[in-house]
Amino acid sequence: MATSIKKLPDIEQVLSGNGACGGCPATMALRIVGKALGPNAIMLLTPSCSVASMGMTPKLGYNWPCINITFASAGSSASGITHAVEIMKEKDRLQGELPTVFSWVGDGGTYDIGFQALSAAAERNDNMIHFCYNNEAYSNTGVQRSGATPRGTFTTTTPTGKRQPKKNMPLLMLEHNIPYVATATVAYPGDLYDKVVKAKNIQGMKYIEILAPCYLGWQFDMPETVQMSRMAVRSGAWLLWEAENGKINFNNPSSQIISGKKEAEPVDEYVMKQGRFNRLLKGPDAAQRIAEIQGDIDREIAFMRERAKITI
Amino acid sequence: MQSVTKAYRPISWPMKGSGGDTGSWRTHRPVVDHQICNKCQFCWVYCPEAVIDRNEITIDYTYCKGCGVCAVECPTGAITMVKEDE
Repeated sequence: MATSIKKLPDIEQVLSGNGACGGCPATMALRIVGKALGPNAIMLLTPSCSVASMGMTPKLGYNWPCINITFASAGSSASGITHAVEIMKEKDRLQGELPTVFSWVGDGGTYDIGFQALSAAAERNDNMIHFCYNNEAYSNTGVQRSGATPRGTFTTTTPTGKRQPKKNMPLLMLEHNIPYVATATVAYPGDLYDKVVKAKNIQGMKYIEILAPCYLGWQFDMPETVQMSRMAVRSGAWLLWEAENGKINFNNPSSQIISGKKEAEPVDEYVMKQGRFNRLLKGPDAAQRIAEIQGDIDREIAFMRERAKITI
Repeated sequence: MQSVTKAYRPISWPMKGSGGDTGSWRTHRPVVDHQICNKCQFCWVYCPEAVIDRNEITIDYTYCKGCGVCAVECPTGAITMVKEDE
């Protein structure tokens, strides 16, 4: 059972009045992450919406030491800081507990531009947490396609819909044989909190990916951020799972979809609520396009179901 | 060369209101009906801006951006979005 909302700690690491859009899923998720990590942490940010949300100098919207780094270097910078902190501790220049080093990176900095450095850091198994808040496009620069954009999506660089499916990044990270990989989303804050607490107490490289439905990029109404995130999980478009030492466990409600106790909801409602899909679904090929989107989701569910059976 | 004083170093410090008084972005304000509210704290946990007090369920209108997530997520319908006066 996930931690109930009333048991979450009071601590706030995201301060009111930052520069994020109203209804931003990234700050929503970062608040929960902050509750789990506490103040003793170092945050690294590659260029993303979260950097713009920090606000204007001399004020800072996040209550951590934050370092802004280049787009491709999330993995390598965090590795360097982890080693520096450990050596400072060894030489008695650092009092108290070791701070948690974590990078807070969008899907561009994880799936595409930052992948090489991240892959290297995972292979070295450096002691850090990599958070990817995945809004399925380069939302900060005006919604261009990324490796996380699903098939049939309108972005400014795919005006007739993306033709390729998205890649399964959490699974790629799992195949690096790192101790902890998890996926989460903003609609299930207790689940996200538990995963971050677990990751904090594990030595080595941890990867947590959070689905963050961006209302500007996905083109739905601003108050429906959490609804859309919940709909993604219920339709099977996003699966909630965690893997400790390579063994995959599905979390509710995805576990019910995987085990077959509950059917995944048809993708139609999820797709029709989002302008990025439904603006391309007005022609005669609409049914075929929805079938393609549904096909990608079904394949992913079937694949992850079989992958979870491998426990060696 | 003149040394850079602390005030001019390009370092920011954690403070509320780093994006200004973001309450001015609002077009609709959330209003809580304390008669109906059962203090489930859903609005507090889903608020992206951390402006809701979890015990009293009061809203800090200086920084509330009026996104309306709290009103949609409220299971009892105690929060309504009221249009801001000009």
